Amino acid sequence: MKEREKPVHGDDNPKPREVKRRLKSTKRISRRKRLEFEEVELPLQVAIIGGGVAGMEAASVLTEHRCPVILFEARPELGVNVKNKYKIFPDFSDAGRLVETMTKAMDHPLITVNKDTEIVEIIREPDAYTLLDNKGVPHTVPAVLLASGYEPFDAKRKEELGFGIYEGVINSLQLEDMLREHKVLNSLGEDPRRIVFLQCVGSRDEKVGNHYCSKICCITAVKQAIEVKRQLPDTEVYVFYMDLRLWGQGYEELYREAQEQYSVRFVRGRISEAASTFDGRVQIKSEDTLLGQPLKMVTDLLVLMIGMEASPGTQKLGKTCGLEGPYGFVRSKSPHLEDNLSDKPGFFLAGTCKRPMHIAEAVNDGRAAALEIIKYLRK
Amino acid sequence: MSSNFHPFVLPFTIGTLALFSVLILKYNKWISKFDRQQKKLIRRNLFTGKLIPAVWEMINEGLFHKKVSRYNRRLGYMHRSIALGWFLLISVGFVETVFHFQGRGHAPWIGVFFRFFVRDNQTLSAWIFAQIMDLLLLYILSGVTMAVFKSIFSKTVGMRKTTRLKLFDTSLRYSLWSIFPLRLLSESATAALADNGGFLTQSLGNLMGERFAGVVELPLWTLYSIALGLFLCLLPFSRFSHIFTELMLIYFRKMGLREREKPTGFTRFELSACSRCGICIDNCPLDSELNITDIQPVYLIRDIRNRMPHRNATENCLMCNRCESDCPVGIQISEIRRQERDKKKLDTHDNYGYIEDVQSFNAIGRVIYFGGCMSHLTPGITESMKKIFDTVGQKYWMMDEERTICCGRPLLQQGFFNQAAELRRKNTQLIMESRSKTLVTSCPICYQSFRKEYNLPIKVVHHTEYIVTMLRLGKLRLNRSELRLAYHDPCELGRGCGIYDEPREVLSALGQLLKLEQEYKNSLCCGYNLGNTVLELDQQLKVRDASLRNLTDSHPDVIATACPLCKKAFQHSTTQPIKDVAELVVENLR
Repeated sequence: MKEREKPVHGDDNPKPREVKRRLKSTKRISRRKRLEFEEVELPLQVAIIGGGVAGMEAASVLTEHRCPVILFEARPELGVNVKNKYKIFPDFSDAGRLVETMTKAMDHPLITVNKDTEIVEIIREPDAYTLLDNKGVPHTVPAVLLASGYEPFDAKRKEELGFGIYEGVINSLQLEDMLREHKVLNSLGEDPRRIVFLQCVGSRDEKVGNHYCSKICCITAVKQAIEVKRQLPDTEVYVFYMDLRLWGQGYEELYREAQEQYSVRFVRGRISEAASTFDGRVQIKSEDTLLGQPLKMVTDLLVLMIGMEASPGTQKLGKTCGLEGPYGFVRSKSPHLEDNLSDKPGFFLAGTCKRPMHIAEAVNDGRAAALEIIKYLRK
Repeated sequence: MSSNFHPFVLPFTIGTLALFSVLILKYNKWISKFDRQQKKLIRRNLFTGKLIPAVWEMINEGLFHKKVSRYNRRLGYMHRSIALGWFLLISVGFVETVFHFQGRGHAPWIGVFFRFFVRDNQTLSAWIFAQIMDLLLLYILSGVTMAVFKSIFSKTVGMRKTTRLKLFDTSLRYSLWSIFPLRLLSESATAALADNGGFLTQSLGNLMGERFAGVVELPLWTLYSIALGLFLCLLPFSRFSHIFTELMLIYFRKMGLREREKPTGFTRFELSACSRCGICIDNCPLDSELNITDIQPVYLIRDIRNRMPHRNATENCLMCNRCESDCPVGIQISEIRRQERDKKKLDTHDNYGYIEDVQSFNAIGRVIYFGGCMSHLTPGITESMKKIFDTVGQKYWMMDEERTICCGRPLLQQGFFNQAAELRRKNTQLIMESRSKTLVTSCPICYQSFRKEYNLPIKVVHHTEYIVTMLRLGKLRLNRSELRLAYHDPCELGRGCGIYDEPREVLSALGQLLKLEQEYKNSLCCGYNLGNTVLELDQQLKVRDASLRNLTDSHPDVIATACPLCKKAFQHSTTQPIKDVAELVVENLR
C-alpha cells in the first residue's frame, strides 16, 4: 500500500504544483489498482457477445460489481438496432439519446469493447470458454453472455407485397428514417395523400415459416401512424391488421388516441398483393373481413411492419453451442426462473437472441443476466 | 408314344383358348367405348404408314423393353430375357415343328410339348434345334432368377422399392415363374429316356437317370401344362395382361389417340397396360419424402381397374408427373388421375357472372402478355418482362393487369371441369377479340393450359422461349459473368411442356450453369404444385426442402427458375437469392 502511494516518477525535489499533480495521478492510479487488485472480488473476465442494449446493460451492471468485461460487436457501432429508431413508444422518447447514454457507460476502464469483431467459434473447456473471433484471436473466459440479438425480417421474401420492386413500398425502418428527417414523401418526392400500414409481415406467417408474433409491430404501427399524422395532418392513414395486440402499459391508450385524435383508420384484413399504378403509386388488394368485402385501394406509401427474426450470428452461435431453439432463436434453460441460463454452466443468454422483445424488456433482461453471472462467479 | 395327343395337353389348350377369347371380348368392349373423336382417328389411320413405326415400337418395347433398359439396365435385362426369350422359344419351337413334320398335319400343341411327342429324332438338325432351345431356356431362366431375387431384395435390379402385390397377383407370378423350371425338368426327364435333349436338358436328364425319369416324366409334363394353362387363363384378369395390351396401346397411340377429359375405352387400355413394375414408386416425392406409400400410379391404376379407387389415392398427388416421365409404358397417369377427380356432381354454387364485363383490347401488332395469377404474387417477374418488352421495342397488352381471369388449369387439375371450361371460354373470347398473333405467358401453368387445353389459333410461348428468340435475333444482349447458377426445372414447364433447353440457353448466356444431380425430367417438385390440395403445409415444406437441397448442393450464387410458384416456394425458406430467368436477364442487360 505504502509503496503504491509513492510518486511514480522518481524526481527528488518536485515543485509543489508538480507534487499536487502527481499526487492526483497517483490517487487515480491507486484507485484503479485498488479496483483491480484489492476490492475486486471477481477478477475474472466475462465475455459478452453482442453490443446491443441487452449486452451493454449487462456490461454496466457487471462493472458496477467490479467485474471486468470484454464486449464483442460484429458491427462498427454499438446499439445499432435501437439507434436506427427515431422515437420509441409509449412515451415518444428519443431512441438516439437512450443509446447514447448506454454507449457512454461503455467508456469504462473495466470494459474492453471490440467493435467489428465477430465471434466465429466457441470452444468449451473445463470451467471456461474459448471464443475465437474473426481475426483468429482466442479469448478464454470463465463466463459468456450471449446477447447476439435479432435482425429485421427481409420483406423481399414476401414478394407479392412488392418490397424492393415498387418504390412506394417501404418497411417500418425506412419510415422511421423518414420520420426522423421529417421527410415522409412518396416515390415522386411529394407529400403523400395516403399511407397504408400492413401488420404481421414475416410474423405469424406459416408460409415464411415464422409462426410466432413479433409483438412490437402493433404498437410500432400505432406510434408511427400518430407521428405521421403529427407531421402530415392531411394525410390519410390506414392500418391493416389481423388482430391488434396492444398488451403493454399505455399501448391501448395510444391506440385509442390514434383513432380519436388522429383519425387513423384500422382495417381488419390482410393485403394479398400490391401492384404499381401508372402514376407511381401502389394499388393494394385486400379484404375488409369485418365488412366481409373485398377492397382495392391506391396509396402513396405501403409501409410493411416487419417482424423480428434471429440474427445470423444468433442462428450460427445457437447451432455451434447446441442451443438451437425454435425459428433459429436460442433456447434458455426454462422460461421462468432460469431464463438467463442455458444448459451449459457459465453460458448465459440475454435479449432478443431468445425471442422478440421490446427495448425495455431487452434492457431488463441484460441486467438480470448480469446478476446471474455474478451469482455464478461468486460460487 | 408317337401319337399326337395326350390328356396332359388339355390344361394348356384350354388356357390358350380362354386367353384369346377373353382378350378379344375385352378389346372389343373397350374399342366400342372409344369416344367419337377417337373412333374417327382410328378409322382414318387404321391402315396407313403409321403401322410401320407402330410395329417397330411394339418390337422395341414389347420384346426388347428399351425404355425399361434405359431406366435401369438390370431391370431391362430381366424383362427382356423373359419376354424376348419366351417369344423366341415359341417361335423357334414352331419352326422346329414345321421343319420336322415337313408340311404334314400336326396338332397345334405339338410345338409346346415337342420333346415329349417327337422322341426318336436323331438327325443333325434336331440336335441343333435342341441346343438352340436349351440356350433360350437358359436365357429365360436367368431372367426368372433375377425376378425371384427382385421380389426378395428389390435392390438387386436397381430399384429402391418394389410393388406390393395382392394375393391374386402373387399366385399368378409364382405360376409364371414355375413354368420355365418345370419345362426344364420335364424336357430333361424326356431327354433321359429318349436322348433328344440339348446341352442343358440332356445333362440334367443324365443326372436324373432313366429309372427316376421314367417315374417323373409324365407328372412333370402335366404340371408344366397346368402351370401354363393357369397362367394363360388368368392372364387377362391380371397385371400380366400388359403383355398384349401394351402392344395395342402402342398402336393406338401411334394413331394419335390420347386421354380425354372423361374416361373412355382408351383409358381401359392404358389401365390394362400397366405392368406394375413399380418404377413410379421410386420416382414419387411423396414416397421418398413423406413416406406416403399408397397413392402411387401403380396402386391407383390397380384400384381403378378393380373399380375401387379411394379418394386419398386420387387427391393426394402433386401432379408433378415425375412418375410419368419414366413410365416404360408411357401411361398418361395424371390425366387418368384427373378423370377420377371429377367433381361435376359437386354443386359449388359458382357464379362466374363477374367475368362477363371484362373487356378486350385491340392488340393488333402487339403481343398479349398474360402474367397469370401466380405472377401477380411475384411482381419481380412481371416487372422484368415489361422491361424486356420495352428493351426489344415490343408493344404489348398485359391481359390480366387490372382484372385477372385465371387460365382455369388449377380448377381443371382439381376436377372442376365445368368451371374451368367457363374461364377458358371467356379468356378465349378476350384473346380472339384482341386480334393479336402471339401470347406470351410467365406462368408455366397458364402456358400448359393455353397450349394444350385452349386450342388457340395463335402462337403461345413461355417467356423463356420469347427471351431466347430475342437473344438469337440479337435484340437482347447480355453481359456474361462468372455467376454460378442452379436452374430448377418447373414440373409444368419441363415435364409438362418439354421446355428444358430454352431457359438453360438464356442462363448460359449470362452466367455459369451448374450441373445438378436431379434435373431435366428428373427435376424434383418444389412442393407448391397446385395439383395437390390435400397435403398439409409441413408436408409440402418437406417436399420443397428436398428439392432445395438438390439445388443448393452445388453451392450456386443464385437459384434460377422459370415459374412464379417455384420461386415463391423457395423464397419462403431461404435467404439465398431465388430469381426468375426474366429477372436475371434484366439484371444482366448490356
